[in-house]
Amino acid sequence: MNFIGIMEDEKKLAAFEAKIASGQKIEPKDWMPEAYRKQLIRMMSQHAHSEIVGMLPEGNWITRAPNLRRKAILLAKVQDEAGHGLYLYSATETLGIDRTELLDQLHTGKAKYSSIFNYPTLTWADIGAIGWLVDGAAIMNQTALARGSYGPYSRAMVRICKEESFHNRQGYEIMMHLAQGTPEQKAMAQDALNRWWWPSIMMLGPSDDQSPNSDQLMRWKVKMESNDAIRQRFIDRTVPQADFIGLSIPDKDLKFNEQTGHYEHGPINWEEFFEVIKGNGPCNAKRLKARNDADKKGRWVRDAAMAYAEKKKAKAA
Amino acid sequence: MTLQQAKFQYLLRLGDSSLIIGHRLSEWCGSGPILEEDIALINIALDFVGNATAFLGYAATVEGNGRTEDDLAYLRNEREFRNLLITEQPNGDYASTITRQFLYDVYTYYLYDALKSSKDETIAALATKSHKEITYHLRHTTEWMYRLGDGTAESHERMQNAMNDLWMFTGEMFDMDEVDQTLIKEGVAPDLNKIKEQWEAHVKPVIAEATLQIPSYNFKQKGSREGKHSEHLGFLLAEMQSVHRAFPDAKW
Repeated sequence: MNFIGIMEDEKKLAAFEAKIASGQKIEPKDWMPEAYRKQLIRMMSQHAHSEIVGMLPEGNWITRAPNLRRKAILLAKVQDEAGHGLYLYSATETLGIDRTELLDQLHTGKAKYSSIFNYPTLTWADIGAIGWLVDGAAIMNQTALARGSYGPYSRAMVRICKEESFHNRQGYEIMMHLAQGTPEQKAMAQDALNRWWWPSIMMLGPSDDQSPNSDQLMRWKVKMESNDAIRQRFIDRTVPQADFIGLSIPDKDLKFNEQTGHYEHGPINWEEFFEVIKGNGPCNAKRLKARNDADKKGRWVRDAAMAYAEKKKAKAA
Repeated sequence: MTLQQAKFQYLLRLGDSSLIIGHRLSEWCGSGPILEEDIALINIALDFVGNATAFLGYAATVEGNGRTEDDLAYLRNEREFRNLLITEQPNGDYASTITRQFLYDVYTYYLYDALKSSKDETIAALATKSHKEITYHLRHTTEWMYRLGDGTAESHERMQNAMNDLWMFTGEMFDMDEVDQTLIKEGVAPDLNKIKEQWEAHVKPVIAEATLQIPSYNFKQKGSREGKHSEHLGFLLAEMQSVHRAFPDAKW
């Protein structure tokens, strides 16, 4: 690029940053730095992939839901997740990449999705735990992202958070029923909390000392808050909820600090987190295979739909 | 047979068919051929579960023995279910699922249309609500009948195989017995001969436009009216009822 080109880009960058600083949104046709576009594609598609991979552990219990009301609620919830996936893929497409390419990245393992969905749903109580803890943690992150600078993503977050807060409440309601139920049900709820607690607080990402926040991403309002800050809010909100229904958080070091007004938690097993991210979690291979199988199994269907559309177009011409 | 007994049996037929086909559709969750179809299948499954809840709930009320819709869904055995055989057939490939759904959607489209004027006000109200949903279901499956029937050579072959496998389960949809006769007399349920005419007049041109053939065989499977099912139902119920039955005293 010549000198004039560099000068022009600098002018554009200054205008872009001024726009964000003034609280305005960046829209798809606006100029944006390449690093901004790339980071958003990475974040948004990772979010979309998490929605559709997340359908697998939850879908696992639809056919066995313990009564008709729970079955209907779970179906509605998983349908919401699929809808979020579609919405987010569409929002990502506004950055100039198409869904097929994004899905290829998922299927080949190049793109990541939330580490949490690499854990198995072993009992019905896990459906409660996912809604309460996993969706609860996700909301903490997503309400922050709703204030982000990219218009399509921030608007998607506003909408998605509304549905997620229903999911969160239905999960807590499942847990409440179990906790107040028979001794077996209460044990099932406690077991689910024991297994999902640590993965849920880890899913908010590495601690700040291991994940230095780029000033640039903060300034560009791509990232809104640090991982530890979001994690703290989640813990502060969730611990009293567990107390209320008589379940115990599986952290012997957990204590409330009167002075700071926050809960302090014990050490997090980051080794486990990074193993799961690397692909060595209990269900990484299974989830990826399920997505790949669905893609392969559906190819002839998509081909037929395209062929039929072509035939119709030819007839109309 | 009393009117009450006939109504109870009839409501089980409606509720069970919705419950079982809804279960089958929900098995697709997360493995549909494209995200839009995942959404559609879950949405349709949800409609069926809602419909089953309403009809089984009403069945329990009519029975008057204190049972609930959940008791009926989760605590009856294979031989007590009254769902149509076509609804319990396995999903197979997408061609089988679409063909099964199309043949069944056309049936419920006309059946529920007739039930909208049932002299039983609850049935009429539930049918009116469901018919709106079925109209969407049918539009969805009809579009896929064309796409897959007249798509590629592979999709055409898969669709024809599905039609050949499933056609035998369409006959019993129109079987009538004492339950139907009792309810027809009271204006509660329609004469299925009339529904059959409407069904045939509807499916034939769609199948033709999808470039598919109606199988030449004439034999038809039957048995669901007496709770004689295919071997598939037992496995389906074992899965569906497992948690509920494992914790008999639990409330969820």
